[in-house]
Amino acid sequence: MSFYCGVDIGSTWTKAVILGEEEKSDYTRALVRTGISFEAAALSARDEALARAKLAPEDITRTFSTGYGRMNAEFADGRRTEIACHAKGAFHSFPHPCHVVDIGGQDNKIIQLNASGAVEHFLMNRKCAAGTGSFIEEISRRLDIDMKRLEELAENATKEITLSSFCTVFSATEVIKLIREGENPENIAKGVFNAVVARVTEMGTLGGKVVLTGGVAAAFPIVAQILSKATGQEVFIPEHAQFTGALGAALEAKTSS
Amino acid sequence: MPKLESLKKMKELVAGHFTGLDAAAKDPARKVAWCTSVGPVELLRTFGFEVYFPENHGAVLGASRKANDYIPRANAAGYSPDICSYLTADVGAFLAGETPLTHGYGLQSVPTPDILVYNTNQCRDVEDWFAFYARHFDIPLVGINSPVQVGDVTDELVKTLVPQYEELIPVFERVSGIKFDIDRLREVMTDSAETSRLWGEVLGTMAHRPSPMTFFDTSVHMAPAVILRGLPEASDYYRMLLKELSTLTEANVSAVKNERFRIYWDGMPVWGKLRELSTFFNDVDASLVVSTYCNSWVFEAFDPSDPFNSMARAFLELFIARSDKAKEVIMAELCEKFSVDGVIYHDAKTCPNNSNTRYGLPQRLRERTGLPFTIVYGDLNDLRCFSEEQAKTSIEAFLEQIEGGRG
Ligand code: SF4
Repeated sequence: MSFYCGVDIGSTWTKAVILGEEEKSDYTRALVRTGISFEAAALSARDEALARAKLAPEDITRTFSTGYGRMNAEFADGRRTEIACHAKGAFHSFPHPCHVVDIGGQDNKIIQLNASGAVEHFLMNRKCAAGTGSFIEEISRRLDIDMKRLEELAENATKEITLSSFCTVFSATEVIKLIREGENPENIAKGVFNAVVARVTEMGTLGGKVVLTGGVAAAFPIVAQILSKATGQEVFIPEHAQFTGALGAALEAKTSS
Repeated sequence: MPKLESLKKMKELVAGHFTGLDAAAKDPARKVAWCTSVGPVELLRTFGFEVYFPENHGAVLGASRKANDYIPRANAAGYSPDICSYLTADVGAFLAGETPLTHGYGLQSVPTPDILVYNTNQCRDVEDWFAFYARHFDIPLVGINSPVQVGDVTDELVKTLVPQYEELIPVFERVSGIKFDIDRLREVMTDSAETSRLWGEVLGTMAHRPSPMTFFDTSVHMAPAVILRGLPEASDYYRMLLKELSTLTEANVSAVKNERFRIYWDGMPVWGKLRELSTFFNDVDASLVVSTYCNSWVFEAFDPSDPFNSMARAFLELFIARSDKAKEVIMAELCEKFSVDGVIYHDAKTCPNNSNTRYGLPQRLRERTGLPFTIVYGDLNDLRCFSEEQAKTSIEAFLEQIEGGRG
């Protein structure tokens, strides 16, 4: 029996996936905080996944790394960009022409896939983290509301607000202004998610079906609802959306020789 | 790529250019003009001016990684971080009383000018930039105010520009003390035309598979075409380079170790990252075989028998001054001639003029040619605007995309 490992070393979280010969949807996963050492995070995510799968490092035929720290996983046999891996992972769960939208800790991507899953075009956001996971984190800190509660609040919003700034810091200033004007926290929370979607839709046109991946999609399903409304498209969130990149890396490891 | 002998020669030429300028600036009998890179250099040389190019100084500041030491100084003096970072680096260095030419060529300062001459065919920034020095040195500031977004370069349009060139003559006569001589202009134009032709041929060698040079080499080799235009040394240099290049193409020597991808680079170099990016492209087997930027110094129109009309035409035909529609046609032709697999656009934060990404051109060119593209966000000089990691990820992903498309 051969096993393949994919490690996605993101700016905030490091994800590892182990696949066997047959592809189950409930593949082995592990998640660790990236912290200050990409190499250490990659190793600990892989080791945790190995422990869960009850395997040893030598049981793995091949490992591929991806993500921001992909160069730092020295134990990997190959590496691919997060674009290629998100494409591969998303197409695995949703084998149709589509746009993959990945909302990560510090960047957003839109990847256009054709009917055979090949990348036709991709876009990455510019340098600012507005509209990414760290944007949500920063605003929830400003609002002094636990991130986990943000979605619950947003669901009870009575008014649509969108934070319009391209910049996370300026968005925080907009939030302060809203608080000062007495806006209720539910509407502000919804405004935060509206802003996330706005930052994505202004990057490029989303035609056809949309697959939403990344930690933000996994933690806040409301983003998919808002995105669907904004684009008029069906939005599909794969199971274990946060692991899409790592899954793609494991699939790359499996198909490459 | 093997080290070219010509490179040694070029270093000598560039050193001679700067020391010559320094000597001229110190000699009251000789006159120094500062000129924009696609300004009326030929006319200036006719009057014996030694010509210095602040844009070249901007690039030297960028390549020597000094730009970010000086940009904030110009920002503080009222020159926004959003405008040309050649301007801000150059003005900042001037305010600091420093120049990398001291370390490089022993110059105490940039050569003091007697006149400043611009052409706004490339951008408006050059006029504001030179105006700073006109105020400081209290010297004449003259130039050509050119139309931009030029579609077809018609004879009528060319004719409207010619008087602006002619009006420069009395000013140049006054500052230089030399009478205008049209035969001398024809001589200079002959040299410029020859340099342009040869530079075009040099770039043409990159159509060979594998390419003997990449954009990183041509960004360096273009120096004589810019700073020595109108002088016989420039054409001598390209003759020498061309000879070396034909030996390389005959032997199928590749600039990158394994040319798997042939890429069009649109936009400016990231001067402070030339080495890193060159190494990176070599590692990922991609050769940047054609660029809009380096092709900008090929002036096909120069004709010594019709100096004024042909000069006006050449500077109107300049890529940067053209409409997006015209640019699209030019780029499509280059894509085909150099058999590229895709286009990488550099969107330079502080130079919208050289960033052809902002009005849908990449999408239209893709439609026309079927070639994929990606955009790298950065800057020519201001490294605060450039994320090396993000750029590399974009480029790698782009190459993966091309590879995937090959099936
Ligand atoms: S074209 Fe761009 S880089 Fe050149 S001088 Fe103008 S603004 Fe600066």
